[in-house]
Amino acid sequence: MQRHDDLIMTEEQTHSDNTSSTPPAETGVKKSDTGQHDAPTKSERLTVGNLGVAFSGNSAIRNITMSFRDGKATAIIGPSGCGKSTLLRALNRMHDIIPTAKVTGEILLDGENVMQMDAVTVRRRIGMVFQKPNPFPTMSIFDNAVAGLRFNGITKRSLLKEVAEESLMKSALWDEVKDRLKQPAMSLSGGQQQRLCIARALAVEPEILLMDEPTSALDPIATAKIEELIHELKTSYTIVIVTHNMQQAARVSDYTAFMYMGELVETGKTRSIFTNPTKKQTEDYITGRFG
Amino acid sequence: MERRITISKSSIARRKIINHIMLGLCALSVVLALIPLALIMFYTVKEGISALNWDFFTHLPKPVGEPGGGMANAIVGTLTIVGMASLIGVPVGILSGVYLAEFGKGMFATVIRFLTEVMSGLPSIIVGIFVYTIVVKPMGHFSAYAGAVSLAILMIPTITKTTEELLKLVPQTLREAGLALGAPKWIVTTRVVISAAAKGIITGMMLAIARIAGETAPLLFTALNNRFWHQGLDQPVASLPVQIFTYAVAPYDDWHAQAWAGATVLIMMVFILSVVVRVVAGGGKFTVQQ
Repeated sequence: MQRHDDLIMTEEQTHSDNTSSTPPAETGVKKSDTGQHDAPTKSERLTVGNLGVAFSGNSAIRNITMSFRDGKATAIIGPSGCGKSTLLRALNRMHDIIPTAKVTGEILLDGENVMQMDAVTVRRRIGMVFQKPNPFPTMSIFDNAVAGLRFNGITKRSLLKEVAEESLMKSALWDEVKDRLKQPAMSLSGGQQQRLCIARALAVEPEILLMDEPTSALDPIATAKIEELIHELKTSYTIVIVTHNMQQAARVSDYTAFMYMGELVETGKTRSIFTNPTKKQTEDYITGRFG
Repeated sequence: MERRITISKSSIARRKIINHIMLGLCALSVVLALIPLALIMFYTVKEGISALNWDFFTHLPKPVGEPGGGMANAIVGTLTIVGMASLIGVPVGILSGVYLAEFGKGMFATVIRFLTEVMSGLPSIIVGIFVYTIVVKPMGHFSAYAGAVSLAILMIPTITKTTEELLKLVPQTLREAGLALGAPKWIVTTRVVISAAAKGIITGMMLAIARIAGETAPLLFTALNNRFWHQGLDQPVASLPVQIFTYAVAPYDDWHAQAWAGATVLIMMVFILSVVVRVVAGGGKFTVQQ
């Protein structure tokens, strides 16, 4: 019970912070905020319909139907092995590289079927940050930041410099690295590496940013920095974040989806999921009775 | 009910002793492995030094009985054959390794992988006879080309295998990071994966070149030998290993000294090549985060 109360407190505080810091995004949404997700609206950039992923015939997630709103952060929570990452990785076609994976159902990006689009184009529009920081080990900080641009054939030095500075600023790393851009990326600390990876993802200007437990390998200070960053970023990007940490979901997200055993149990506004869950399983999970 | 797991003092002492013994055995093995190497280096140089002079690098072999002369033609011949073999073997080997590690799936890749393993155990003399049959016989004479082909066949499986293994060591998360940036697979493969494994691949390549540089048997059937400057790459050509072999089995003392000198030069060539490539390729560091 104690833990539940704490959660609500955290959530409410964060929520009030949210609304005060990002009023334009709030007013931009016309839809009544009831937590209902059935009717697609203009603000829904990415929708998922009856999505299923199976590995070698074993179903990992099934019947997932939900949507991700423009300019909002959606958190996907749930116990280990419930398919959070599997869902996330389906969104930018990451399962393509696993031969045994089979994805069914539909994913619509601005009404276009992601499954039928060119995978490279999808990934250009939907960026991703991974659980463990994974900067390219042979490259310098600068080269990592602009790697996506270089991979897409951009070589103009002045443009690369501009984008590197911009994205490192956005990921709140610029001040720490501006004098050592030529140094190897591996010389950075874990938290800095993760912010570099975020900068790298932002540099190619994705419309949607997927984050797969981006702070699970980091200490509380680095975590706080990255959460702050998510707050900044969600004014201009659609963010989907998978997290094990319910407090984190409560702190950074506007919407929350709770998954259990490969299925979507409940989705809605973060505030209502945490204060007034409609399903018993959700309540049990967020109150710490299992998971 | 409280259960405590305790480790007795004597078992800790025993562990320490075992630790010291194993460490000692490791050190001993290193010494044992290095002794032959040091002895070979020392003995080769000691025996060959008397014949090692400027003439050795600049002159052709003298006829029997005449003192002096060198192995200039064999040194150039070895560089030529090994160079040509590398031109064939390195690209084919690296590309096959990349294919097996990054693109190869299903039956075809399995068969290729198996054949590569079988090929790496192929006796070099068999390769010599094989190339004799498919290159030397149709051409009608021994040639530098045939020698290069036989050495290339010997180096391909080694390079393929090391490339494949090293690329597999590159963490999957790096590939994902590249793909997630909207890069096509070939760019991720060249700019991220191969670049991360570059240092190891270059080392593997060096080992393969070092191994074939001293091969004698296949050259006997393909490049043969030549006591003069070769008259073109489609002609028989001298090489250090064959020259060393010829001189070593001859009954003349000064030829024996020259054979030792040739061996010294061969070892030095491989050594210098390794050092140069290491220095040049020093930039491509491979770091795996675990």
